[in-house]
Amino acid sequence: MMNVYSIIAIAAYLICAPFAASIFSGVDRIVTARMQGRKGPGLMQAWWDLMKLFSKESTTVNDIQKVLVVAHCFFAVFSGAVFFGGGDLLLVFFSLTMAEVFLILAAYSVNAAYSEIGAQRELLQMMAYEPMILLTAVGFYMSTGSFGVAQIIKTDIPLVLKMPGFFIGFCFILIVKLRKSPFDIATSHHAHQEIIKGLTGDLSGRIYGLSELAELYEEVLMLGMIGLFFITSDPLSPVYAIIAVSAVMFVMSFTDNIFPRVKWEVLLKLAWIVTFFAGGTNLLLLTLI
Amino acid sequence: MKISRSPWLLHYDGSSCNGCDIEVLAATTPRFDVERFGIINTGNPKHADIFLCTGGINAQNQDVVRQIYDQMPDPKVVLACGICACDGGIFKDCYNILGGTDTVIPVDVYVPGCAVRPEALIDGVIKALAILDDKKARMKKEGYRSLTSEEYRKKRETADA
Ligand code: SF4
Repeated sequence: MMNVYSIIAIAAYLICAPFAASIFSGVDRIVTARMQGRKGPGLMQAWWDLMKLFSKESTTVNDIQKVLVVAHCFFAVFSGAVFFGGGDLLLVFFSLTMAEVFLILAAYSVNAAYSEIGAQRELLQMMAYEPMILLTAVGFYMSTGSFGVAQIIKTDIPLVLKMPGFFIGFCFILIVKLRKSPFDIATSHHAHQEIIKGLTGDLSGRIYGLSELAELYEEVLMLGMIGLFFITSDPLSPVYAIIAVSAVMFVMSFTDNIFPRVKWEVLLKLAWIVTFFAGGTNLLLLTLI
Repeated sequence: MKISRSPWLLHYDGSSCNGCDIEVLAATTPRFDVERFGIINTGNPKHADIFLCTGGINAQNQDVVRQIYDQMPDPKVVLACGICACDGGIFKDCYNILGGTDTVIPVDVYVPGCAVRPEALIDGVIKALAILDDKKARMKKEGYRSLTSEEYRKKRETADA
């Protein structure tokens, strides 16, 4: 199954993803700053942050925390590699869930109040977005007859035309997944720091760097998923995909800036309602037609 | 790679009158925007590189300041912001004030002013960045490590004796 292209794609993903995600997050932060009338940081700020974290001393609370964070990073990178290597979407999503679970376990393992709140919140967020993620995989199967990314991209028309409901639903849960307002919590790095840093509050130095690295890989994977709605057998389609991804990113920054934070009940309700109506209706139509 | 490209700071309000704290927050507003230096105001000592302390040390907050300082991973620098944090300021003679930040932890940069101006604060942070880079280089070369608050206390005691 593995051919030369998928090996090249995996290698490119492994090497380029952190840079690409740093640029994305740099653009995001600059756009956010401009919306607020500020200058904002440099484009590669996320990369410098990462390099700094790797050069700092790391104080770990217990040894199991290290193992869990390494496992988190491994599974996050693995799911991206499977995706960009043209592998099975189900495998991608299951290993992504594994990655999340390891991070949550790492937060629980330190036995600290703020980490625990962060971990509980993360579980709730997973509960909110997992149904839509799985449904999206099913949607791709229904419209192309395969879970394999390599087969899905052989389609003739952009899949967003066949599955607009899934696209809207997926964009919606992406806000949750990328921890943007209104579905984020008051963690530090944003001048409101009620629960310190939540999930990653007790990680430091290199170990925290690893979790940040995993986040960069995950972000590229998520944006790749958005791209998958637009990629076709047409050689020009990656261009459209990149435009679409940029547009989605802009909408993300915009929502992040204009919406006040909501409580978790609202998050859960909204996410499931969107999943049910946008995803469900689209699924029904795909089944009928 | 220089650590000063991504300094994350932790702001702790000791027994400040809040004048300095407002100025610290002013530094993050559009007019001064410290984020352009890559500075993030993180509330987490475990993620911070710069400890920004405002207000004097009193009987109640001394342990808090020590604990925050000890939780920060190396390399780290401490910035005393405002004259209260430098030496107790106008509250110096109060019964509950022990003195400036350096009564409990080693301070690297003193930024005077009452209240400290955002410009002075940013200058102070830039100065702290050079020290941060230097500490990182020494960490790599000679295994440098900051004093813990306990070691600092002992050192002060022997110096006083
Ligand atoms: S230096 Fe002045 S403004 Fe700052 S905390 Fe002390 S009294 Fe208040």
